[in-house]
Amino acid sequence: MSDPKKPVAPSEQEIGVVVPQAQHFDTPLLLQCGKTLPEYEIVYETYGTLNPEKSNAVLICHALSGHHHAAGYHSVDDKRPGWWNACIGPNKPLDTNTFFIVSINNLGGCHGSTGPKSLNPETQKAYGPDFPIVTSKDWVESQARLADLLEIKQWAAVVGGSLGGMQALQWAIDYPERLRHSVVIAAAPILSAQNIAFNEIARKAILSDPEFHGGHYYETDSFPKTGLILARMLGHITYLSDEAMREKFGRELRAGELKFDYDIEFQVESYLNYQGEEFSKNFDANTYLLMTRALDYFDPAAEYNNDLTQALSRAKCRFMVMSFTTDWRFSPERSQEIVDALIEADKEVSYAEIDCPQGHDSFLLDIPRYTALFTAYMDGIAQEINQ
Amino acid sequence: MNAQKALRSDLNTIIDWIEPESRVLDLGCGDGTLLDQLKQHRNIHGYGLEINPDQIVECVRKGVNVIEHNMDESLSNFKTDSFDMVVMTQALQAVHYPDHVIDEMLRIGKECIVTFPNFAHWRCRFYLLTKGRMPVSKNLPYTWYNTPNIHLCTFKDFEALCHRKSLSILDRTVIDANANASLASKLMPNLFGETAIYHITRHHE
Repeated sequence: MSDPKKPVAPSEQEIGVVVPQAQHFDTPLLLQCGKTLPEYEIVYETYGTLNPEKSNAVLICHALSGHHHAAGYHSVDDKRPGWWNACIGPNKPLDTNTFFIVSINNLGGCHGSTGPKSLNPETQKAYGPDFPIVTSKDWVESQARLADLLEIKQWAAVVGGSLGGMQALQWAIDYPERLRHSVVIAAAPILSAQNIAFNEIARKAILSDPEFHGGHYYETDSFPKTGLILARMLGHITYLSDEAMREKFGRELRAGELKFDYDIEFQVESYLNYQGEEFSKNFDANTYLLMTRALDYFDPAAEYNNDLTQALSRAKCRFMVMSFTTDWRFSPERSQEIVDALIEADKEVSYAEIDCPQGHDSFLLDIPRYTALFTAYMDGIAQEINQ
Repeated sequence: MNAQKALRSDLNTIIDWIEPESRVLDLGCGDGTLLDQLKQHRNIHGYGLEINPDQIVECVRKGVNVIEHNMDESLSNFKTDSFDMVVMTQALQAVHYPDHVIDEMLRIGKECIVTFPNFAHWRCRFYLLTKGRMPVSKNLPYTWYNTPNIHLCTFKDFEALCHRKSLSILDRTVIDANANASLASKLMPNLFGETAIYHITRHHE
């Protein structure tokens, strides 16, 4: 029996149970790295209804550890909703009464779309480390192909937070005619040395795990669990703010007194270990490596003389950029770089810096000012559609 | 009612002074009314800077480009000569360094429009003279300790600053309490004008 309090049933705020879909692509995809994926599968979910004009479609791009399951529940017994349930659903910013929302698991992922743990048709073994490194550009290309199949010529908006926001930016540059709005949340125009440094430590944790086996661990009955846990623990610290961690854990002890050993003493240690452990059950180490590299490589200005303004001059959509004051992974200054380039390129842009304590992860949460602003912007898009 | 009327009169003058198709930056754009009007009547392309969260949502609702930015911190991210017009309505008296902000406005824009309340208006003078306390009025409703208006000035003060900075005043309009450019406020602006609207530029014509 399901918990009657759990909002698995459709309601004024919830979309209820959703069913993922899969689409196979036979047309080879030439990747930025020069390699080609001969065929691949994209897993995705949709929420809401596509209108007859096909003008109300919104694409959700996911972040490092995200996937296609952004909202609703997979079954009535599902414990947790999709990762962006706070923002997607009836009467939420991404209102499913208005918009047809498409959420894709990116190539290279580990939740159904073709990635390192998928079977390589040439070898009939899992790709493992031989899966080519895909980039934001490649993702945009693969997302565009799915849009073609869904007969969506132009997205009402492409929306994403963090690495997802970077894809929303990439869309505006690569396919200027195919979106009317780009919503870029808690993102950056390019990674800093510090960002790359954190990614490198995460990768090193995985690569140096004896169970990694050069990425061919699928053939063993093990996987680099310790490395993946470490990578996630490290990443998790960067998603939270100092303030949020102090508020949540302080220096609280698990046993209430010091034990003078190296077991878990503080609540924050317990929390990080638990988060890492849970993550390692649902995420693939090779995908983690790939996603961090895709972040490192994100550089939309590279093709335009390393000039972000020049890159964004191609865009034809309107932009909404949002950042969070306590986000130190992609700080407000990084969003401001995007905004400055957009203003210089004479593009339509609004920008807000949301004052809240939750750090980078804020973009996933229902923070009153953020929700109000996000809703106001999306309402404007809805009005354009209805005109 | 008067405040609304005053706002409209203020805006109408500004709209008249802005060339169609201009690139406009509005410092302290509030709920975006001016930019919205300019877009409709002058087909301008503009951005507003604002720090008040509620006003920012209002701008977004109107479809006005609004950038959350504290102009007291710095405007250095805006390129030199990147705007045709930089506007600042009723905010000059609330910034930390008004002279620096005017310099920055004229660096970023070719021309500027500034509006501010006149502290030498006869009501203010009368209030101070008879009560001996800092004037509180409909236009300036705060008390001295909680007012955002930390750099109040008179028209004469402002013109002295323009003179010291060798700025050209291209246009000047003064409106009284009823939002009219009355005869009294035309003849004796520093006594009868409640709000000033200045159109200035660095370049001498």
